[in-house]
Amino acid sequence: MNIYLDNAATTKMSQTAIAAMLPYMDGIYGNPSSLHSAGQKANEALTSARERIATLLGCEPREITFTSGGSEADNQAIISAAKLGEEKGKKHIVSTAFEHHAVLHTFEKLKKAGFDITLLDVHENGLITPDQVTDAIRPDTCLVTIMYANNEIGTVQPIAEIGAICRERGVLFHTDAVQAIGHLHINVKEQNIDMLSLSAHKFHGPKGIGVLYARKGIRLTTLIEGGAQERGKRAGTENIPAIMGMVAAMEEACAKIDENAVKLTALRDKLIAGLSEIPHAILNGDEKQRLPGNVSFCFEGIEGESLLLLLDDKGICASSGSACTSGSLDPSHVLLAIGRIHDVAHGSLRLSLSAENTEEEVAYIITAVKEVVEYLRSISPIWRDLVAGKKEFVIK
Amino acid sequence: MALYSEKVMDHFRNPRNVGVIENADGVGEVGNAKCGDIMKIYLKIENDKIADVKFETFGCGSAIASSSMATELIKGKPVSEALALTNKAVVEALDGLPAHKLHCSVLAEEAIKAALKDYYDKNGIEYDRSQFPDCENCEHCCANHT
Ligand SMILES: Cc1ncc(COP(=O)(O)O)c(C=O)c1O
Ligand SMILES: [Zn+2]
Repeated sequence: MNIYLDNAATTKMSQTAIAAMLPYMDGIYGNPSSLHSAGQKANEALTSARERIATLLGCEPREITFTSGGSEADNQAIISAAKLGEEKGKKHIVSTAFEHHAVLHTFEKLKKAGFDITLLDVHENGLITPDQVTDAIRPDTCLVTIMYANNEIGTVQPIAEIGAICRERGVLFHTDAVQAIGHLHINVKEQNIDMLSLSAHKFHGPKGIGVLYARKGIRLTTLIEGGAQERGKRAGTENIPAIMGMVAAMEEACAKIDENAVKLTALRDKLIAGLSEIPHAILNGDEKQRLPGNVSFCFEGIEGESLLLLLDDKGICASSGSACTSGSLDPSHVLLAIGRIHDVAHGSLRLSLSAENTEEEVAYIITAVKEVVEYLRSISPIWRDLVAGKKEFVIK
Repeated sequence: MALYSEKVMDHFRNPRNVGVIENADGVGEVGNAKCGDIMKIYLKIENDKIADVKFETFGCGSAIASSSMATELIKGKPVSEALALTNKAVVEALDGLPAHKLHCSVLAEEAIKAALKDYYDKNGIEYDRSQFPDCENCEHCCANHT
């Protein structure tokens, strides 16, 4: 048995994406900046890729900037908005406490430059309300950045409503849509999104390639200096094979959003129902407003890394927000942000599905997780104290 | 996973001496659920020897492996040898631990010392306090969370 359930970390490349890349490694290998025909062929591919991505997002080709992935897109979006704000004396940013580190660590840099960051409370269900955004916007707010879907607990924010509020108040709105693209219907114009980050490896495309969409008129700050590629906003010879793989993967994923959502939601809800039978276990994030493929649980009395290692022995590749898997003493900031206390956050498990997973696998996983949790509890001194009534259960 | 040595994985998958000893002569519990590792050691002491030892651990793979190895290293040994067990000896016996997991071996050493201290205290045996970690004023691992 070999079951991959870590698709929020990265995905297997689709055959379509691989096939789309190959010609650009072999036959069409020119540099798009070259004047000769080999270069111009590559340039044509680049132009068409930009158009196809723009069509999928509902924007114009010139609003697309290719980056090295989600992290770079997040960095560039936030730094650019901050720079534009600073020029007008606006140095306040609104975001959430459970953004990806690509966002949160960029804030740390901005704080040192005098920016004030408001991190909205995401509540126990992992959702913010549009009213929170309205209330947090100040006259000096230059950016609202809120992730479309959370990478650990899968909760999906009311992005269109937030976009409408920001547009009305004249504040730039960026969303990290790395976990959402290819899984949810997104249209940047309809949803009033000014900037959006995406990353190909989360929807069966290649790693190390992504997109920053920025509405025309929003001046981007160049992070990588050098040649004039990407209108001077991102230097470096374009990674044409990766770009072609990304476009193919994105078209494929977007075409199957509804079909996959039906399939994954059914598997997800089976997993949630099965794992909920484990005593003193709790689902992280809202039950309904979540990605079709995300299941996240905390189990009291055990620690996540040992859970992952034992599941790996059973052929299951999963993930956890426990401290021990991150190399720090603190468990995941996402789980802490939804109010899970340290003791409980250490015992977390994230299963992220793809359309390749099956009902048989789901049944096997439920049994395997039950067995491993039970075993780890049997050797846990905390569990003994909880059962003996010496300590109170946090998860009822 | 290549995170751990074969030895660590063996002790993690098949931990030796798991369980509890009823009416143990010494019990030591160290660590903190907040930081993700708790170890509890139970000792049976006869004729100044570790006649039996059991452990329970809440923690990561290396915490479970460290507890298992530490109990193996002191089982049947004179109390004085158990007291002299260092985290370094545990790490060596496990063929090494990743740097950020070394605190797990420290916890194993401290859990054994805490159990021995409990044994001394219960039996009114005199001991040199400097041989034991000062848990109340410890700066390591979990102190920064409380
Ligand atoms: C929500 C979110 N943002 C950003 C990133 C970073 O993307 P990349 O790995 O392409 O830099 C990830 C993935 O790790 C993510 O899940
Ligand atoms: Zn620790």
